[in-house]
Amino acid sequence: MMKITPETVHHVADLARLSLGEDEVVNLTSEMDLILAYVEKLNQLDTAGITPTAHAVPLENAFRDDLASPSLGAEKALHNAPDSAEGCFRVPKVIE
Amino acid sequence: MELTALTIHEMRKHLAAGDVSAAELTDAFLRRIHELDGRINAFIRITENQAREAAERADRRLREGKAAPLTGIPLALKDIFVTEGIETTCASNILKGFVPPYDGTAVARLREQDAVFLGKLNMDEFAMGSSNENSAFGPVKNPWDPNRVAGGSSGGSAAAVAAHMAAGTLGTDTGGSIRQPASHCGVVGLKPTYGRVSRYGVIAYASSLDQVGPLARDVEDCALLLQAIAGFDARDATSVDLPVADYPATLKNGVKSLRIGRPKEYFITGLDADVAAAINAALEVYAGLGAEIVDISLPHTDYAVACYYLIATAEASSNLARFEGVRFGQRVDRGDGLLEMYRNTRAQGFGAEVKRRIMLGTFALSSGYYDAYYLKAQKVRTLIREDFTAAFGQVDVILTPVAPTPAFSLGEKIDNPLQMYLSDIFTIPVNLAGTCALSLPCGFSAGGLPIGMQLIGKPFAEETILRTAYAFEAATATAERPPLPSAEPAVP
Repeated sequence: MMKITPETVHHVADLARLSLGEDEVVNLTSEMDLILAYVEKLNQLDTAGITPTAHAVPLENAFRDDLASPSLGAEKALHNAPDSAEGCFRVPKVIE
Repeated sequence: MELTALTIHEMRKHLAAGDVSAAELTDAFLRRIHELDGRINAFIRITENQAREAAERADRRLREGKAAPLTGIPLALKDIFVTEGIETTCASNILKGFVPPYDGTAVARLREQDAVFLGKLNMDEFAMGSSNENSAFGPVKNPWDPNRVAGGSSGGSAAAVAAHMAAGTLGTDTGGSIRQPASHCGVVGLKPTYGRVSRYGVIAYASSLDQVGPLARDVEDCALLLQAIAGFDARDATSVDLPVADYPATLKNGVKSLRIGRPKEYFITGLDADVAAAINAALEVYAGLGAEIVDISLPHTDYAVACYYLIATAEASSNLARFEGVRFGQRVDRGDGLLEMYRNTRAQGFGAEVKRRIMLGTFALSSGYYDAYYLKAQKVRTLIREDFTAAFGQVDVILTPVAPTPAFSLGEKIDNPLQMYLSDIFTIPVNLAGTCALSLPCGFSAGGLPIGMQLIGKPFAEETILRTAYAFEAATATAERPPLPSAEPAVP
């Protein structure tokens, strides 16, 4: 059985772009371990040869006619941005 | 006449006759919200001015004889629906201040009818929870007992209807988030088949499971609301282009020779004795109405919660990646670069349960664990779907409890995530199978708390579960009709 360690929690938090406090790491280590121990019960089922379900309702590709139609527009799209300039979203410096 | 006590179909008659106006209805509901909601906390935001303007438009339309079925009916929306010009938070700190530039499809369809929106309703943050305690705006209290949870995640949607603070509401249901609070608050709540109602303009939690649906005081109201929002929408690529039945017109068709399945896996140890008694009594009512009760099996029921908490969290971890402090919502920038801005924004913006689910989902999708967890869960999902397909070869409707117990106490499960997850044990399989189900009040516990039964239908057979529910309601209405929750303070 798999055991969640604080190192795993740090690694997953990094993938998820979450900074965690030390007590959050402690709590998540035990909670994730408990929950993942519970989901181990799925291994009681033999699923060899079973097709996975990604969507419950089988749908073919949803095509539409390739027609231009009005969209939101830059002003409305930027309206909720914490920071914007010159018609763009502004983010902190990416490259030093 | 107590206007807020009327059902939607009763309001429609008064509006059509002209003896009540939409403005009067709207005023009555706004007054009741101001009187009661301090103790219930169902509303995050009351949109008083917009509601009065909409009521004026509705009254003009009624006078012109151009009314639609929901013109002038005061409704409210879970705060997961984006609403043009009205702050939409999903009960999260990360979205505080977000004012959407458009309406989602379900909202737009109600607005086209000149329904009146009273406000935005409280919920578990990003629809993640079974008790409505995971909200940045505080918990919703159950109108039947303010020391108990309203259920979640659409707790505000259920409590507002139960306390007569809205004639009807919209919620969303990913693992039971309409049906479980409806059951705990004694109202009718319907989760349509996946694809029946457009998800466009609904903030996504788990995209393969999320579905929009109505909560209302009775079955007929529920049918009226579903009628208004159901149907194909090109802006949701998973919306299904199938004809929509006339739900209100078929309600009275009865249940004679309808085959109702009783799955043995839902009558387990841990099922509250009062709940079991209420469900068995409901089965007897149906037998008395001429339905045939059939014992069936849904053998993979016990695996549904485990399956769900891998699939839903995996999809959530991906969906919630968009909250990064760039395009909308809050940003926490301490001047140490883009990556740290992402990490700090998300750390401060998300609550504990949302972080927990993002972490679980990210783990289940991460390199080395994908096959063992996410792919395994998707295969088990197939087995659960096949259970329903096989059962619906034998029966037309499946009848089960909605929740193993009546509403539990505030704080009772909040420190034990797994216990909380297990409270959705009877509702989750329906989302995994993608079919439709509703929650209908069917009795009370010894302690006076509402109990709901779940009626599960075949895919796109909403008409069948609605008429099945209607038959029960009509047969039991005088004895079982829930009393109006008290307007007097239940606690000093």
